[in-house]
Amino acid sequence: MKKTGAIMVLGGGVSGVQTALDLADLGYYVYLVEKKAYIGGFMAQLDKTFPTNDCAI
Amino acid sequence: MITNASLQAIEGQPGSFVARVHQEPRYIDEDKCTACGTCTMYCPRPVADFYNERLDVTRAPHIDYAQAIPASYYIDAKACLRVNYETCNLCAQTCTAQAIDFSQKPRDLELEVGAVVLAPGFGRVDNEVLARFGYGRYPDVVTSLEFERLTCASGPTEGHILRPSDQTRPRRIAFLQCVGSRDETCGNGFCSSVCCMYAVKEASVAKEHEPDLDISLFFMDVRTQGKGFDAARKRAQEKYGLRIIRARVPNVDQVDGRLLLTWVTDDGKSHTELFDMVVLSVGLSAPEDARAIAEASGIELNHYNFCKTTHDAPLATTRDGIYVAGAFQGPKDIPESVTQASGVAALASELLAETRGTRSVTVTYPEEDTSLLEEEPRVGVFVCHCGVNIAGVVDVKAVRDYAGTLPGVVLYEDTLYSCSQDALKSIAEKIKENRLNRVVIAACSPRTHEPLFQETLRSIGVNPALFEMANIRDQCAWVHSQEPEAATEKAKDLVRMAVAKARLLEPLAQPTVDVIPKAIVLGGGASGMTAALSIADQGYQTVLVERSDRLGGNLRDLKWTLDGRDAGKILKDLTDRVNSHTGVEVLLGTEFKGMSGYVGNFTSSLEKGGQTELVNHGVLVVATGGRPYLPKSYGYGKSKRVITQLELESRLSKGKNPLRNVRSIVMIQCVGSRGDDMSYCSRLCCSQAVKNALKIKEFKPDVRVYILYRDMRTYGFSEDLYREARKKGVIFLRYTPDRKPEVIRQTRGIKVRVYDRLIGDEIEVPASWVVLSVGIAPAENEETARLIKAPLTQDGFFLEAHAKLRPVEVAVDGVYLCGLAHGPKSLEESISQAKAAAAKATIPLAKGKVAVAPIVSRVDKSLCIGCGICENLCPFNAIRLVKEGKRRKAETITASCKGCGICASHCPALAISMGGFTDSEIMAQIHAFSQRECEERRES
Repeated sequence: MKKTGAIMVLGGGVSGVQTALDLADLGYYVYLVEKKAYIGGFMAQLDKTFPTNDCAI
Repeated sequence: MITNASLQAIEGQPGSFVARVHQEPRYIDEDKCTACGTCTMYCPRPVADFYNERLDVTRAPHIDYAQAIPASYYIDAKACLRVNYETCNLCAQTCTAQAIDFSQKPRDLELEVGAVVLAPGFGRVDNEVLARFGYGRYPDVVTSLEFERLTCASGPTEGHILRPSDQTRPRRIAFLQCVGSRDETCGNGFCSSVCCMYAVKEASVAKEHEPDLDISLFFMDVRTQGKGFDAARKRAQEKYGLRIIRARVPNVDQVDGRLLLTWVTDDGKSHTELFDMVVLSVGLSAPEDARAIAEASGIELNHYNFCKTTHDAPLATTRDGIYVAGAFQGPKDIPESVTQASGVAALASELLAETRGTRSVTVTYPEEDTSLLEEEPRVGVFVCHCGVNIAGVVDVKAVRDYAGTLPGVVLYEDTLYSCSQDALKSIAEKIKENRLNRVVIAACSPRTHEPLFQETLRSIGVNPALFEMANIRDQCAWVHSQEPEAATEKAKDLVRMAVAKARLLEPLAQPTVDVIPKAIVLGGGASGMTAALSIADQGYQTVLVERSDRLGGNLRDLKWTLDGRDAGKILKDLTDRVNSHTGVEVLLGTEFKGMSGYVGNFTSSLEKGGQTELVNHGVLVVATGGRPYLPKSYGYGKSKRVITQLELESRLSKGKNPLRNVRSIVMIQCVGSRGDDMSYCSRLCCSQAVKNALKIKEFKPDVRVYILYRDMRTYGFSEDLYREARKKGVIFLRYTPDRKPEVIRQTRGIKVRVYDRLIGDEIEVPASWVVLSVGIAPAENEETARLIKAPLTQDGFFLEAHAKLRPVEVAVDGVYLCGLAHGPKSLEESISQAKAAAAKATIPLAKGKVAVAPIVSRVDKSLCIGCGICENLCPFNAIRLVKEGKRRKAETITASCKGCGICASHCPALAISMGGFTDSEIMAQIHAFSQRECEERRES
């Protein structure tokens, strides 16, 4: 069987985006599939993050 | 990137799947949309702004937020008149870019993929559950996510905290923890693992906005078990005067427009108080579409509808070739989600190693336009509003106009969010149009945003070194938030200084170096073995270095995992695979003695039996582990009846009746941890204690088991074990650090004296065994840290480069981190992290080349006197003396140089300069700083 060098990542929140970036860096083609109109997920709605109060966006 | 899309089915087999995906139209062409906002302005259909948690309204065509990606608007099809009734069409008529396209139809895509990663995140808790706490009935009861939008500068109130009922400022706010978590009645019996932290954060942010606020937080247990989290929580508590109350979730009523809370503390007393606003710290549910995803992908879910996984393979679903990461695997915070996300990339990469590069696309940059630099400096200044983050304090337009008066400035503009995609696009266009050869952006911190802007320059053929940032957010708007005029003046100063420096900036080369395709992994425990196997499975030779003469580390002493798996079998599987893998070379009884070189080209010296071997390698993974804390208190070592949890496991796993003559067992939590001897929480002892308590009950149900704890931190699905232990009759008694339990040895047996909060008096419990839940102490990390020049935390663990963005990397490029060397964690978490470190370590190996940072030192050999001070001082071994003729001259090893500038600042002959920070550039900045003062003096 011939394998395909592409991966589908379902979900464009912080996890999905990080996975997609790492896979691309590792030399694979990535389809990032997101159910909403924008990637970012819940993290994009956060103002700051614990504990350093860094900006979430 | 495929948005508005849902998964329909996955067919085929690992390595060769077809994923069927259904995509709904955006009705706006992403390539044409310029994100100008005209469509939103003209649309007559208001819709709830879901991005702002329905606290605001927007129109059917909109963008969620300025930085949203894709940077294109979309039309909410449910609300659109044109889509539903074929009327209106106003947006299409007003869109000058002609981006509105109602001819778009839903599409069904077939994606050929080798592997699938599921990362759908988490879902919301039902409003019915929130209604139990007055949500929906009382307007001033809000969810934590709504509160998040209220405190956000880009939110509906521009960061002002106002009560939804009357838009007044609240004086007293209560945070209610565990809403929709740790509650079987709502179906979520688990702990959501993040709410304790975000509540402390939201309370802190609220106090920064409104220092007079009075904030109370109601916890059942304070679960800030993450790395450095306890310390951060304590700091916040002290700094902001947050009031912490331990109680079951209070009851909420409304009285005269205020909210009356009633709660019972663990001494059995009932309390009531009035608040102006209540924030529900809502937990993380399984995704609403979990069942649909499971059906489409053919995977199984657990009893909470999260993805079913095991502790020895936390990122694998029940179907081969389909993996999982993030909150769908179990509720978790951002650092852990990011870690799992990298980890899952390793899994897919292991499966598809042979196809690497067959489908990838390489990004190319246009050649640099060198003719730009032949001209005089043409500086462009962009001043960022950052929404109201900067513009709320600093007069951005005044700063912009001031920039226009500075020498060399040919373009000066202000932008709402310079980091948003459309702003970057417009900045790039303006650089080209105006032939700018120096760019200054006055915005936030170069630490986070410099690379983004430099990438923009690179994309249009401008050398990224021709760029300077002025941090007018942190250094003006934030620190001088109470003095807007002074902040504006300071912003002008910073811009003037940045422009003065920018005029002298020179382009810097972007060298790359080849990578030796080999990895060294330090430490042969569960994490080290997992990382080594993953790198080898991804196709790269790996050397696994273990100091002792056996593989296994702490896993050798563990008997059962938290999900009841045989730890011995996991250990055997790992060691068998490591020993038989042709890509892994195992070096036992071997000490790591030193490392030189730089990412891609390290040389390490490994010593075995007095003999030293040099190994060249491209990357290093540190998995040197930790060790159980050796208790000094509670009579440990003086009586055989006082043992640790691991010793208990060992006793329980021996013989047929390990609990003969045992009638009562008392477990004491936080031995060594949380300010006892070590300042931090060891994270896994609570789960380990309930796991072993259940094991005891399984062997011999009539043994009385007591667990004396400070906060039960059985986060995530371990909460199930905690609840089961309570059901099986395990008795939990909370103690405080000022009233620790006492172990009293008697001639026959032993007893434990402890303060019972419900009775309000001390009680004595006879104990056949006392089991100490000892914390996890760091290994002897100082020596390793010194050899690889990696920093440690105050607690003695390795420090990651960034807790959220780079959780498995250390500050030294090419060095990665996992397992207990990073901090206390469970086997499940260690394995995820080891996979993540393996993925990150494999990236440079797979690329074959690494880019070297352009900011390096440069020696002017005609000035160098060969004194050698720089060579002695360089902390990175990045400068050396070479003979040139009869003279000695210093020379920078560009690839090792970190650009710290120590050499340049100590050179007695001023022969060393730093790229991007030359003496003349810095002097120009300093002169510019004093310039205004001089002028003012002259005028007076």
